[in-house]
Amino acid sequence: MGERMITFAEALNEALDQMMAKDEKVIVMGEDVGVYGGVFGVTKGLIEKYGPERVRDTPIAESGFIGAGIGAAAVGYRPVVELMFIDFLGVAFDQIYNQAAKMRYMFGGRAKIPLVLRTVAGAGFSAAAQHSQSLHSIFVHVPGLKVVMPSTPYDAKGLLISSIKDDDPVIFIEHKGLYGIKGPVPKDEYEVPLGVADVKRKGKDVTIVATAAMVHKSLRVAEKLAKEGVDIEVVDPRSLKPLDLDTILGSIKKTGRLVVVDEGYPRCGFATDIAAIAASMAFRNLKAPVKLVTPPDTPVPFSPALEPEWIPSENDIEKAVRKTVED
Amino acid sequence: MSKEEIPKEKLLWMYETMVRIRKSEEEASKHFAQGKIPGFVHLYIGEEAVAVGAMANLREEDVITSTHRGHGHFIAKGGDLKELWAELYGKRTGTCKGKGGSMHIADLRKGELGANGIVGGGIPHAVGAALAFKLSKSDRVSIAFFGDGASNQQNFHEGLNLASVWKLPVIFLCENNQYQISLPYSKQQAIRSVAERGSAYGVPGVEVDGQDVLAVYEVVKEAVERARRGEGPTLIEAKTYRYMGHFEGDPQVYRKKEEVEWWRKNKDPIEIFKKRLLDMGIAKESDLKNIEAKVDAEVKEAVKFAEESPYPDPKELYDDVFSTPTKGVLVWEWNF
Repeated sequence: MGERMITFAEALNEALDQMMAKDEKVIVMGEDVGVYGGVFGVTKGLIEKYGPERVRDTPIAESGFIGAGIGAAAVGYRPVVELMFIDFLGVAFDQIYNQAAKMRYMFGGRAKIPLVLRTVAGAGFSAAAQHSQSLHSIFVHVPGLKVVMPSTPYDAKGLLISSIKDDDPVIFIEHKGLYGIKGPVPKDEYEVPLGVADVKRKGKDVTIVATAAMVHKSLRVAEKLAKEGVDIEVVDPRSLKPLDLDTILGSIKKTGRLVVVDEGYPRCGFATDIAAIAASMAFRNLKAPVKLVTPPDTPVPFSPALEPEWIPSENDIEKAVRKTVED
Repeated sequence: MSKEEIPKEKLLWMYETMVRIRKSEEEASKHFAQGKIPGFVHLYIGEEAVAVGAMANLREEDVITSTHRGHGHFIAKGGDLKELWAELYGKRTGTCKGKGGSMHIADLRKGELGANGIVGGGIPHAVGAALAFKLSKSDRVSIAFFGDGASNQQNFHEGLNLASVWKLPVIFLCENNQYQISLPYSKQQAIRSVAERGSAYGVPGVEVDGQDVLAVYEVVKEAVERARRGEGPTLIEAKTYRYMGHFEGDPQVYRKKEEVEWWRKNKDPIEIFKKRLLDMGIAKESDLKNIEAKVDAEVKEAVKFAEESPYPDPKELYDDVFSTPTKGVLVWEWNF
């Protein structure tokens, strides 16, 4: 019998279902998470199983309901709160970066905030500048938040289970382009630990560090260039904080060539962070300048003629790899 | 509902707690002026009756969220005076191990979910705690303390709406001390009272004289009972006044000295309550003097504890960022 194949969205749904079945302190809150099942279907069926008290539809009041999640977490619940689009963080950011992130530290370790904030990132749907961004780096910037961004259904389920069991606030970022992809996912509960990168493809010539949807594009480029004898290693950090520094540095030291591919903005972002790490910790191992593949420093455009220009493409990745091999 | 029904011990606890807050805060003002307390300090002097009248209705298992002006809430909720003072000094024996200071005084073990440096920031936490209490079918309640300034913040409006639509056991307690730093209430909003805003959310809004501890006690009692019965939230606006500046060091160019003097002379919550206790025959002048002497000694001891306590070790900088350890690098530091 072959492995069971389910979608990324179904894998997340299964993680929520299994954790809610196991622990009545796990509750789900957010806009349209109940009967509607979430705008991307991730919470589908949960309200029928666990009822409207534990699967709680909220008014459009992100600061209020994320803050309520924090309060419930502070008194022992394990809320999984959905922020419908990561772009909406602006109306609720204080609760995330000044409250959830800092309470444990400010209160001398006397607070625990086991909150998971699930949210949706990514371009590619002509959703324009306020529904398409990849703002993960903003969360990584702030002490006290763990930040997770899976690329496969297997990682999605295992990382969400680990995140719910974790006693700290975890920002769990789902790329909307990945919800429909299928992959092997065990039916039973399992964990993918935070802070462990996954080498999605082993290689010896060039390291690509890629996140979320960019992992898949990088893998396709790797297959293409393999035919020309360029052996690419694709490293998916999976969690951006904590960061599996050993795996990333190990790969850079092995290949001596680094390309970082990330859908976040080009300045002060995850890609530049990895480049800084390479420059300060693996400088002598590098055989060529680090190449960064990111969108340009513009808002995400709407038109189908413009958006593909904005999103890092396989062609962009291929060019970066070819350049680093030539350098 | 008559005041005589309140047990004598509770009345004396109220007096003692108000005096404890007053004396501790007056001492803090002095120590700040002497440069012994670092950072920003916002004192609660003049507003004691609000915290005490409210907290007299709570059990230890009930929770509160506080504000940047949070020492009074902390003391009234049962926080340890020595730990408060050690925290003001930034010592490792402080309630936050020296990581929070005056603006982040908290003790979750006592149900004090935290003072907050962000105006209105704690309101949704009280709502969420109340949601947890409702889900676990307990009759615990929460109180969100906040000021008049916070009533213009989204968290006030969103919190009130959530609590109302979900019928949560939470009390929204606005301490209207009439100034948002320098801006008087009349220039913050066009309506007469914060309490009126309850009607926009289907929440009963009640105004009370925040200088009268028994009046505060009675309205909060009704709100807490209503919450424990599962009948939902109440918005209470306690009209009060801060004697000190917004923060210690505030030049207070926005109000006249005479105004402050008028409140001190005519509306002092401790003097008002003292007279009431004597009139009611609950206590003699000497009983109250004994309480004051006892509190003086406690404050002195707390200050001594703070002064003699060690500072945190520099290594403690890295502690308590997270609860659950993980693989990989969680707390980054560039090494060279």
